[in-house]
Amino acid sequence: MVEINPFVILFAAIFTNNILLSNYLGMCSFLAVSREVKASYGLGFAVIFVMTATTALNWLVYFYMLVPAGLEHFWYIIFIVVIAAFVQLVEILIEKISPVLYINLGIFLPLITVNCAIMGASLFMIIRGYDFLQSVAYGFGAGVGWALAIVAMAGIRQRIARSNVPAPLAGAGIALIIAGIMSLAFMGFSGMIQVQ
Amino acid sequence: MIEVFISMGVIGGIGAILAVVLELADRYIANYGECAVDINDGTRTLTVEGGGSLLGSLVAEGIFIPSACGGRGSCGYCKVKIAEGGGPVLPTETSWLTPQEQKNNMRLSCQVKIREDLKIHIPPELFLIKEYRGRVTRITTLTHDIKEVRIKLLEPEAIEFQTGQYMQLTVPEYGDVEESVYRAYSLSSPSFEKDEVEFIIRLVPEGICTTWVHQFLKESDEVTVNGPHGEFFLRDSDKPVIMIAGGSGLAPFKGMLRDLARQHSTRKVTFFFGAVSQRDLYHRELMAELEKELPNFKFVPALSKPAEEDRWQGETGLITDVVGRLGEDIAGSQAYLCGSPGMIDACIAVLTKNGMPQAEIFYDKFS
Ligand SMILES: Cc1cc2nc3c(=O)[nH]c(=O)nc-3n(C[C@H](O)[C@H](O)[C@H](O)COP(=O)(O)OP(=O)(O)OC[C@H]3O[C@@H](n4cnc5c(N)ncnc54)[C@H](O)[C@@H]3O)c2cc1C
Ligand code: FES
Repeated sequence: MVEINPFVILFAAIFTNNILLSNYLGMCSFLAVSREVKASYGLGFAVIFVMTATTALNWLVYFYMLVPAGLEHFWYIIFIVVIAAFVQLVEILIEKISPVLYINLGIFLPLITVNCAIMGASLFMIIRGYDFLQSVAYGFGAGVGWALAIVAMAGIRQRIARSNVPAPLAGAGIALIIAGIMSLAFMGFSGMIQVQ
Repeated sequence: MIEVFISMGVIGGIGAILAVVLELADRYIANYGECAVDINDGTRTLTVEGGGSLLGSLVAEGIFIPSACGGRGSCGYCKVKIAEGGGPVLPTETSWLTPQEQKNNMRLSCQVKIREDLKIHIPPELFLIKEYRGRVTRITTLTHDIKEVRIKLLEPEAIEFQTGQYMQLTVPEYGDVEESVYRAYSLSSPSFEKDEVEFIIRLVPEGICTTWVHQFLKESDEVTVNGPHGEFFLRDSDKPVIMIAGGSGLAPFKGMLRDLARQHSTRKVTFFFGAVSQRDLYHRELMAELEKELPNFKFVPALSKPAEEDRWQGETGLITDVVGRLGEDIAGSQAYLCGSPGMIDACIAVLTKNGMPQAEIFYDKFS
């Protein structure tokens, strides 16, 4: 295990190693749901929650089930199944507990099952050799970073919607260019701490 | 070799654990048990399986809440008042409910999930909407593309409705049509005929239901209809009535006029009926008879393209032109319109231009 304070990992995951803007993961829902700030908050919170929980779960499954059985090479399949099952379970729970939360968050959950950032966070924590606390910090941080990026993007896109974008760039084109510029801006953070 | 079994066991085991957890969640968490739905303070109480939508559960119990979108939340027809239970108003409903309606606890029943006992209020006439089994007693050919179908009700044996309302006819699977569908048809029988219903159905080329009615349906066949639906009926008032119809749109007016004749009404009624040529006109003897029975009733057929051999003496032109020629005399009347959406929209434009308030115009679009 690597010796890094979980808080540093948390901070790095949000800013310097933003999973969306430096790894470009979770792009499809990032582009699809960033037209409105309100919806992007919903998706952002759902991602934070699911990412934190699935990194924790996957860490436990990996080190307490796969490693003892010598089946590490199955991690891709198992992580995907765990994520899918977990999201499904959460959906059932939310639906039971709060219909309003269900309408606001629940509709994003199926979208999250196939969000590659969720899978990416689980894979990174293993590749980088984080321990349990570090992994949870990383999952939470990566989620917050992703949410931050999509909310910022939605804010920008709401303003852009009212301005004159050259026709060939309208829609996804300009969104990708903005994502690129945001990514450059976040690179500015990378001098602060370097965590891999 | 042993490793293969271990891997299969572990991977299978993890999968199985997750499956069991989900299955348990589905059985215990997503299980809302049986819920009681109290309608109109005890008029009826349903016991339904929780978890489903209120609309679906009511329809399954034979209470036909209006719905045009099939429960997707995009028509806004399925409003009911929920006095107790039902949870907060969802974002999917707000655009259909006025602030006043929200204050009165109106909800879209297709969006409300039953998860606890509910107390709801619905307009009592919705109880009257039922599914009826009937037998075709007569099919009359009225014109080259219009048939009149009479159906004797078997189960239930009688129907309560307001003359002018419509019913939905169930089309079974037939020929290449692989799915049963419903289509709306105005009742052309008056409400005092309770054991039989009648429809006037025009053939739409390639139409699923009308092809079935015109080519497959035979006398003494069994059919299913549900209803009554709609708000199209003669309003109580002394105002003169202008009726406007084209094609099979004559149907509800036939019933209304027979109703008026039975009541020996002296209300002033003018019925403008638009057709292309003589061969599209029908029920002229019936209208002549009604003119004799009703002192203030006048039937005005108008042909838009009378054929040479028709030797047509009556009104010519589109029905909008004929109505337009009445000018502002119509301002104090009530208008009832029935037929294609195009005809109805054009007529409403003419009527309002001549000073008839929108509130005095009633119509059923055959869309
Ligand atoms: C409230 C209400 C009352 C109605 N009352 C009557 C009635 O009393 N008598 C009657 O004959 N019909 C009436 N209709 C219309 C009827 O419900 C059907 O839409 C119509 O008969 C066509 O059904 P179909 O299954 O044969 O055609 P479909 O298979 O549904 O349609 C086939 C094709 O024809 C087009 N089409 C559908 N309807 C029409 C139309 N009316 N004219 C021209 N093209 C059309 C469709 O767009 C489609 O392309 C009423 C409709 C409503 C909403
Ligand atoms: S059924 Fe259409 S909105 Fe509810």
